[in-house]
Amino acid sequence: MASVSNKRTTLKKILPKTPSGIAGLDEITEGGLPKGRPTLICGAAGSGKTLFAIEFIVRGALNYKEPGVFMAFEEKSDELAINVASLGFDLEKLQKQNLIKLDHVHIDRSEIEETGEYDLDGLFIRLGHAIDSIGAKRVVLDTIENLFSGLGNETILRAELRRLFGWLKEKGVTAIITGEKGDGILTRQGLEEYVSDCVILLEHRVCNQISTRLLRIIKYRGSIHGTNEYPFLIDEDGISVLPITSLTLEAPTSTQRISTGMPTLDNMLEGKGFYRGSSILVSGPAGTGKTSIAVSFVNAACQRKERCLYFAFEESTQQIIRNMKSIGMNLQQHINNGFLKINASRPTLYGLEMHLVSIYKKIIEFKPKVVIIDPITNLVTIGQLRDVKATLIRLIDFLQKEQITVMFTALTLNTAIGEQTDEGVSSMVDAWIQVKELELNGERNRGMYIIKSRGMGHSNQVREFVINNNGLELVDVFLGPDGILTGSAREAQQLNEFTGEVIRSHALSRKDREIERKRMVLEARIASLREEFESVQEELNKAYIEEDIKKEVMEKNKKQLIEKRLNTSGNGKRK
Amino acid sequence: MIKNESQDNTGKGPAVKEFEYVLRLYISGASTNSIKAVNNIKQICEGHIKNKYILEVIDVHQQQKLAEKEQLIALPMLIRKKPLPEKKLIGDMSDTKKVLKGLGLPD
Repeated sequence: MASVSNKRTTLKKILPKTPSGIAGLDEITEGGLPKGRPTLICGAAGSGKTLFAIEFIVRGALNYKEPGVFMAFEEKSDELAINVASLGFDLEKLQKQNLIKLDHVHIDRSEIEETGEYDLDGLFIRLGHAIDSIGAKRVVLDTIENLFSGLGNETILRAELRRLFGWLKEKGVTAIITGEKGDGILTRQGLEEYVSDCVILLEHRVCNQISTRLLRIIKYRGSIHGTNEYPFLIDEDGISVLPITSLTLEAPTSTQRISTGMPTLDNMLEGKGFYRGSSILVSGPAGTGKTSIAVSFVNAACQRKERCLYFAFEESTQQIIRNMKSIGMNLQQHINNGFLKINASRPTLYGLEMHLVSIYKKIIEFKPKVVIIDPITNLVTIGQLRDVKATLIRLIDFLQKEQITVMFTALTLNTAIGEQTDEGVSSMVDAWIQVKELELNGERNRGMYIIKSRGMGHSNQVREFVINNNGLELVDVFLGPDGILTGSAREAQQLNEFTGEVIRSHALSRKDREIERKRMVLEARIASLREEFESVQEELNKAYIEEDIKKEVMEKNKKQLIEKRLNTSGNGKRK
Repeated sequence: MIKNESQDNTGKGPAVKEFEYVLRLYISGASTNSIKAVNNIKQICEGHIKNKYILEVIDVHQQQKLAEKEQLIALPMLIRKKPLPEKKLIGDMSDTKKVLKGLGLPD
């Protein structure tokens, strides 16, 4: 057991890699090409083999301080220098700095008479000298198969090539050998037989008149690698390979919420809006206001002083600015302030991959917080559905990694069955807003609802979506006696209800007044009764008082009478 | 012996013009092919163009820069510098017929 694990760790150690410096390739190969071993790059004519090789050498010299030898069997050194000058590689200068060495091998069968056994010592000495003269760590042989057309003895050549590759390994240089794709085999002369550590195939596929370059690692001995076909493109910065940014789903997530630009829509999403860094799909048929929703989102972001990048595939920049002014959104002002950049181009301008890369590049350049792609549907015109989907997956991956919120708009056709978008991206997005046409009473209105919104509560209601001079608004859909009411029917219903309200309130106030009057009458009555009661009470009180007074007076008189009688009887006795 | 010869011939610089055939043989050290080539070409020259030729034998290992300059790939390689046009022959010169043809000599 212990020995097994030991073996594993040593295995990991013994495969050092040399970074190719080619954008994206080192991610797929997890570090680059096998260090100190030859790698075979094969592909048909024009698939980018030579460029791949030259970029390997130039990047090595510039970025990794590894000088390189480029042995060209096809192009002359100066031709090569001119060809790659368009990519910003100055081979002349690099040669003067002893960072690279170009050597053009010229071999012409017509000039040479073969007179017996020979070997390729000349090539060995030549290459060895070139390597030693600049201390090269990288070597390119482009395309060594040309030897087969220059020299007749195949047996010797094969033996010598085998020796050459062994010798290159001994020298410890990381080599790229290019080979033209043969019929049914990887290279015309079966070079893959000799170079077996790493084989990369380049292809150039034209589909619907739009070409896509593809790269595939056929073999990489002793290393994990991506096995897919990876699109790549050649532009002014050289080769960029586009891996599906990460093979795993490990993008960071944010709990921060950002407004949709429509308070009423925010309300449908717990009152807070979307998560930052999420992807949002707005789909709907033509003319339902998808662009307006997107622009309103952008508008809100710009007002928060966040940078936005808007990729428009349908309208020109000026058109968008003009159109959005009509609903009260001033995009020009955001552009002037540097918060908004609109990038308008026709989808057919270039292939999907080129689009993706140009989007990548612009995003890296502008560093936006919000990206809009309007609409993704148009991309289908330039690629297969699955390619579009793959492209969008990669884009979403990339944006998520960068914590950029992205909103796609997609056109759905009324004839389409179900709600699946054409591009099949609906499963990948975090939130999906659908705008629908509601046709009723001879008019067309817009209804909006949230099909999904991952990780948050959201309203299940269909809202009517109104676009007016002041922007976008969601209105509650009215439930009338005949079902859902929208547009003028809704307004009529609203008016009706308002009339009812007025009449009812009028009736109420009349009744109120009557009651008031009754109350007043009642109160008047109560007052008169009270008066009556008081007078009766007074009457009664009067009788009582008289009685009392009478009683008092009578008592007094009685006393006086008694006293009087006592006095008179006394006098009489003395007499 | 090889080295001696090459040194001798280069030493006779101005004399080169006097010869009808100026040949240069590039070899790689003392490999089997190299030795065979030297012997074979000498034999052929002695047999066909005796006293009319000068043969310079160069070991590419000693002068590596020449490899690029002279577009050397396969060795041994014989270059007929004179008479013009230049002719190139590769191999150990064992195929006498082809060597003669390559040098433009009658059988």
